[in-house]
Amino acid sequence: MFKRQTMVSRVGWGMGLAVVAATLSVTGYAADAPAGGTPGMRRLTDDQYRNAIIDILGEDIEYAGRFDPVLRPTHGLQVQGVSQISVSPAGFEQYDKVGRTIAAQVVDDRHRPLLVGCAPRTATLPDDACATAFFRRTGEFLFRRPLKAADVQLYVTAAHQATGLTNDFYGGLADGLGMMLASPRFLFEIDVTEPDPARPGARRLDAYSKASRLSFFLWNTTPDRELLEAAARGTLHTPAGLKRQVDRLLASPRLENGVRTFFADMLGFDQIADLSKDGEIYPQFTPNAKRDMPEQTLRTIVDLLVTNNGDYRDLFTTRRTFLTRALGAVYRVPVSEKSDWVPYEFPADSPRAGLLTQPSFIATFSHPGRSSPTLRGKALRELVLCQPVPDPPNNVDFSQVENTAKGTVRVRLTAHRSNPACASCHRFMDPVGLALENFDGAGTYRSQENGVAIDATGDLDGSKFADPVSLGLAVRNHPQLPACLAKRVFEFAVRRPLDTAEAAWVKTLSTRFVEHNYRIRELLRIVATSDQLFRAPNPPVTAAKATATSVPSREVK
Amino acid sequence: MNRLQRRTVLRGLFNGASVAVALPYLDCFLNTNGTLLAAEGAPLPTRFGTWFWGLGVNPNRFFPTKPGKGYDLLPELSPIAKFQDKVSVFSGFDCLTDGKPVIPHGTGSTTFRSGTAPGAGGALPGATFDNIVADAIGTGTRFRTLDVSAIGDSRNSLSGQGAGQMNPVETNAMRFYQRLFGDGFVDPNGATFAPDPKVMAHKSVLSVVKEERKALERSLGAADRARLDQYFTAVRQTEEQLTLQLRKPEPLVACKVPPAPQEKEVQTVLEDVIQNHDMMARLLAMALACNQTKVFNVAFSNGASSLTRRGSSTTHHQLTHDEVIDPRVGYQPEATKFVEALMGGWATFLSILDGMPEGDGTLLDHMLVVAHSETEYAKNHTVTNLPIMFAGSANGRIRTGMHVSVKREPVSRVALTAMQAVGVQVESFGTLSMQTKKPISELLV
Repeated sequence: MFKRQTMVSRVGWGMGLAVVAATLSVTGYAADAPAGGTPGMRRLTDDQYRNAIIDILGEDIEYAGRFDPVLRPTHGLQVQGVSQISVSPAGFEQYDKVGRTIAAQVVDDRHRPLLVGCAPRTATLPDDACATAFFRRTGEFLFRRPLKAADVQLYVTAAHQATGLTNDFYGGLADGLGMMLASPRFLFEIDVTEPDPARPGARRLDAYSKASRLSFFLWNTTPDRELLEAAARGTLHTPAGLKRQVDRLLASPRLENGVRTFFADMLGFDQIADLSKDGEIYPQFTPNAKRDMPEQTLRTIVDLLVTNNGDYRDLFTTRRTFLTRALGAVYRVPVSEKSDWVPYEFPADSPRAGLLTQPSFIATFSHPGRSSPTLRGKALRELVLCQPVPDPPNNVDFSQVENTAKGTVRVRLTAHRSNPACASCHRFMDPVGLALENFDGAGTYRSQENGVAIDATGDLDGSKFADPVSLGLAVRNHPQLPACLAKRVFEFAVRRPLDTAEAAWVKTLSTRFVEHNYRIRELLRIVATSDQLFRAPNPPVTAAKATATSVPSREVK
Repeated sequence: MNRLQRRTVLRGLFNGASVAVALPYLDCFLNTNGTLLAAEGAPLPTRFGTWFWGLGVNPNRFFPTKPGKGYDLLPELSPIAKFQDKVSVFSGFDCLTDGKPVIPHGTGSTTFRSGTAPGAGGALPGATFDNIVADAIGTGTRFRTLDVSAIGDSRNSLSGQGAGQMNPVETNAMRFYQRLFGDGFVDPNGATFAPDPKVMAHKSVLSVVKEERKALERSLGAADRARLDQYFTAVRQTEEQLTLQLRKPEPLVACKVPPAPQEKEVQTVLEDVIQNHDMMARLLAMALACNQTKVFNVAFSNGASSLTRRGSSTTHHQLTHDEVIDPRVGYQPEATKFVEALMGGWATFLSILDGMPEGDGTLLDHMLVVAHSETEYAKNHTVTNLPIMFAGSANGRIRTGMHVSVKREPVSRVALTAMQAVGVQVESFGTLSMQTKKPISELLV
């Protein structure tokens, strides 16, 4: 029935963790966390929610719902927004509804034997023993840590009461489980800290918080049983134990989930859902082509970085990719396979090489009916090289770029750059964008615009290029390229905006990434085993101390 | 045995089945406090809503030239001629940004709604005034607010509590219908009523997350505690929804459950968006008449509007920047067609609300709707002289049919006026240059 065994359906689960739960110290932390420090509270993304449900309860559990959107912080990853959002009333309504839909399936006739794991003496009456076993086991996985007896009892009592009202044991159980699925302890990853035995007076993340952080970082899902057991045994606190788990997570096929999630976020693929193109101008941009665009890039990335353990920089020059028939229409490459992906390698004289020539980049950063060197240049600077571009000035006269019927966009944009207010940013964005003018707004190759040959030459921070392929090479060799990836990976791992004190660490990461020959697995390993990932703040300062330190040394009148 | 557990057990004993049946009545007594409507004869509740359109207007074709009552209707406002007596127009109210750069298509709406210009990135700096209204008057109904976008952009929300939280929006009329009139809807005019034990059970388990609250709060810093508070505010809405489902609603003459709309996923084609807007507006009007909500936010299009016409995919946004001004007429002809269509949508919205009789007048008479855009003139991204209108008299609390014309006043005055008109106890709104304690007194009755 299940393609992958669910966590709760395994035999003998739960016992080991529950024993440790008795000694678990959930310690209080009353003061504000220092900027950028832990502990934090991060809402699960929609993907993490879905992955957790699949892993814990099985992939045939169905639900549909739309949760509160996560907002992308300026110049950051969308996932960093999860440390800033909460749940709105309409959002809770959704979580509650979806949670109850899921819970009803867990207790239905089909899933009951596997997922409930015990049966009541009478189906119309409460059975606290069965409910206790169910909530303790299921709660461990949903809350990513063992529940204290009193916490289990909350749910048992609630289910007992509900059964009393409806005369339905399984209905009551589902009511309780629905609540578990709407609980902040499931919907948010809430860090728990404990005193750090190695540094008296300081605190560290507890082992279960570490397990969650590792799992969401590398697999984009809830910790599996083995990781929770490592937390329960305390081995996650030892360098050897941590290394063993990180090695295991990195060797798993599920690493692909994490890598895909990371790159989809870094490359701004969330924008693709709302992308629309003029069907008369770009008939090749079909709904299927739009659907396959991000997948093409993610397959290219996984193939190079995960399957073949390749050099990250080669993503910008590789000629190997995957195509579907729908994408073939954009590329003008016939694809024989009707509905599947086929590996494809562009010939050496092709203008196509690397991610920047793929439609997921080219078409996403274009207008509905024309290309945009500015949008492409901005995306390359910001997303790939982490070089932020300021917002445009308020009152821009666009009339000079208006007439798109004549000549090339290069000539029209030159006007923009002759205006000093616009020039500083456009000089930064446009040249690299103009190098991609050989691809139209849908991503199809062209050599001319309005009958005039396209000039794709330019300069990227000192490296000259003549066409899209040599732009890819210039990007590949740009010193900011590995630095940007290192920064993004760390941001992805901590899922919050970084603080200024972390800049030095990000620099170190970048250096070590280069030392490891630009292999992403090594970068992930360095982050996953670093103290910086698990950094916990110093103990809370007392009120008196806080006042004392906040008084400026010089009196201010 | 620790304290928590003992309390839980006690509660378990106390809330035996027979006691729990009585519980909803106790709750409703506490929550509604007599403010809940509305059999015939009782005062009808005041409702509040916003209606947003993207990309502004052509100022010289939109803003009346005469101030006060009986203002002149220029071409872009002519669609509302029939409702002019119920619509006020504002001119000369500016978004003041205190030196922060204007984010095209972001700063205008965010500054008006929150009273504070957004910083880089445009995140909402604080609660929007519609959310403040919802906190004040949105309780006691099933939905604290209803948020919809007629254009198929699920991120098209202008409302939120701030700190990164935006209200999610519904873009699909069928899903909106199901949310309103599907599971959980109790027909106020239903012949029989019996509290559903399943609803009682659902409500009783909600207490669990509240029990978890203290332990969680202890472990968090102030900012995260505030986010957890938002979560528990959200839980309260669901609790109130369930409470309402457990009591027999007062009959409401105007409430008639509408038929389900056709399922259609709408994207950006204007003709589809108009149809989607009209369907959702009718459902919303009925949701108000059935007392399912008192506060709503409708967005027709989005800020940098991606509206297109069927058969073309040049967006309204592109046209506002790229289209040449026709010297013979003095405006961008294609872009202007969108403005006219948007004002047509606003007129339809008014006709739907005003076409629903209620008490001694219409639904529109018992509400205040604030309509606005995010820019005055999209070609230049201006956020001064923001186009804003009021519709409805908020149960007689506000004068209607006026053109309020000022020079260089902060838009926060309009927001403050709106909040006070619907009964929010608020004296001041906005920060820095936008801070004001001056409502528009000529409008308030």
